[in-house]
Amino acid sequence: MKQVGIKRYCHVKNNKVYLDGALIFEDVQNDTMKSFLKSAYRNFKIKYPKFFKMDEISKLGFLAAEVVLQNIQKNNIRESEIGIVLANSQSTLVTDKVHQESINDLNNYYPSPSVFVYTLPNIMIGEISIKHKFRGENAFYIFEHFNTEFVSDFIDMLFTDGKVKACLGGWIDQSEKDYEAFVYWVEHYDNKVFCPEHTGALVRKLYEKF
Amino acid sequence: MVYFLSDNIISSLGFSTNENFQALLAGQIGIRNIDDKKYYPDPFPASIVDTDLLDQNFNLTETSANYTRLEKMLILSIDDALKKTDVDVQSKRTGIIISTTKGNIDLLEPQHQNKFDKNRVLLWRLGEIIGNYFNNPNQTIVLSNACISGVLALNIAATLIKKGSFDNMIVTGGDIVSSFVVSGFMSFLSLSPKPCKPFDLERDGLSLGEGAGTIILGNQSQDPNKIAVMGGGSANDANHISGPSRTGEGSFIAIKKAISESRIEPTSIDYISAHGTATDYNDEMESIAISRAGLEEVPVNSFKGNWGHTLGAAGIIETVAMLQEMRENILIQSAGYSQHGVSKEINVIRENTKADLNVCLKMASGFGGSNASLIAKKIKS
Repeated sequence: MKQVGIKRYCHVKNNKVYLDGALIFEDVQNDTMKSFLKSAYRNFKIKYPKFFKMDEISKLGFLAAEVVLQNIQKNNIRESEIGIVLANSQSTLVTDKVHQESINDLNNYYPSPSVFVYTLPNIMIGEISIKHKFRGENAFYIFEHFNTEFVSDFIDMLFTDGKVKACLGGWIDQSEKDYEAFVYWVEHYDNKVFCPEHTGALVRKLYEKF
Repeated sequence: MVYFLSDNIISSLGFSTNENFQALLAGQIGIRNIDDKKYYPDPFPASIVDTDLLDQNFNLTETSANYTRLEKMLILSIDDALKKTDVDVQSKRTGIIISTTKGNIDLLEPQHQNKFDKNRVLLWRLGEIIGNYFNNPNQTIVLSNACISGVLALNIAATLIKKGSFDNMIVTGGDIVSSFVVSGFMSFLSLSPKPCKPFDLERDGLSLGEGAGTIILGNQSQDPNKIAVMGGGSANDANHISGPSRTGEGSFIAIKKAISESRIEPTSIDYISAHGTATDYNDEMESIAISRAGLEEVPVNSFKGNWGHTLGAAGIIETVAMLQEMRENILIQSAGYSQHGVSKEINVIRENTKADLNVCLKMASGFGGSNASLIAKKIKS
């Protein structure tokens, strides 16, 4: 059986973006999540106007995925064989509260479909899939803390069952106070490129780096 | 092999699989007009679980008031399914997976605040509450993947058993009708003013529903009439976040994956339980996916006309209904369907019909471009 490894990984937190553990972007001027995401988007020269329609957590997941995927060659992998498995702790609570605010007062009642659609955590999977035409397996899990063992075992099972040839994994969370994204790309070993074996312990070690 | 061991449905049509199935056989529709500003400023049709009955049933097993509406439904559902098996819920080898889109979202409403701790609205906390109630030693897995959550949770649970992570999995799912969800779907203009009519010419949107369902899966079954999960798959349309693909691409891929993992011939499929929300786009998309998979002749129905769209519960309770159809060898009429309203000539079931059901397909699709499917098959002892 071919083994799978982690080819690239990205952290986005504290207004910094790291690729494979190295700081590649920092924004010291913008202190809100929204303005930081916008300046990061510009920095990485992402040309994708739909980005600005997304809620903040989808932008965060999309951006982290973008940084990883700008540095990945997806040779010979069919789009239906690329999976996305993500997890977080708060689901979409911040956006949920925006929607709830809009309906609390019957005299000032303004629910909006463009907010409501983002009250599902897997919408960010949809956004990443649309941008990159990924059509494989999807799952969005909710854990109090990132259960790296479960998520990496699950991704391994998708590989063993032949359901994916590559998979984007990650933890993308937003609370009212803070945010963090950790996204990584899992693929079969390629002997020409250094690629550490995909295990729960490694995912944990990389995740906890920052 | 992974077998279906036991199940339960809690909905507007009853509190057990049997009650619900008898109601489906009789063509009962649980969707009624709701005129309650707690949910929405104007009346709308929805399928709602009777609160008094829920509390009466819940108080038979648990007298504590410290559970939310959804938690009560999930606990009752798991409890009933467990009673029908010898699966030990307190074993390390038994896992629990919960499928839900919005969990205890009603706790965000101003009138519910301060009744529970602030974490109670979080989905992992829901998992913890349910796991603790049953003294299950494992971390409850919570899956929130829009309207495919139920079917996806079943596929994931089956995989976890096949790979040896667990011997048994309790797959439970639920969602409630709340002001949050009603106002959201209303803002999308996707709710029908009447009980929804899947695959019908006059369909004009979905009806919301609430409920819970449980399926217990295991690697051993003593039942002489075993039904097994043969395979499944999920796929993304990569097309639009709130509308399905016009070509049914993701749904078609999900069907193909389920067929290939199940190692069955498409011609052996006897029946399809579709997602069938009764929105214009969903039903049309599904008819295309079914047709592309070469399954136009296969009898198909949707239970959304009976229960409405129960979101995180849908994939589970509709799979339970499919299993019950297999056990009783009967195809149930697709509620709300009279004039064919999709472009492909799929075979929508008009009246209850006896049929030998051995291999059946469950489909689901949802926001985020997500699609999933699952194949169940009778295994002769």
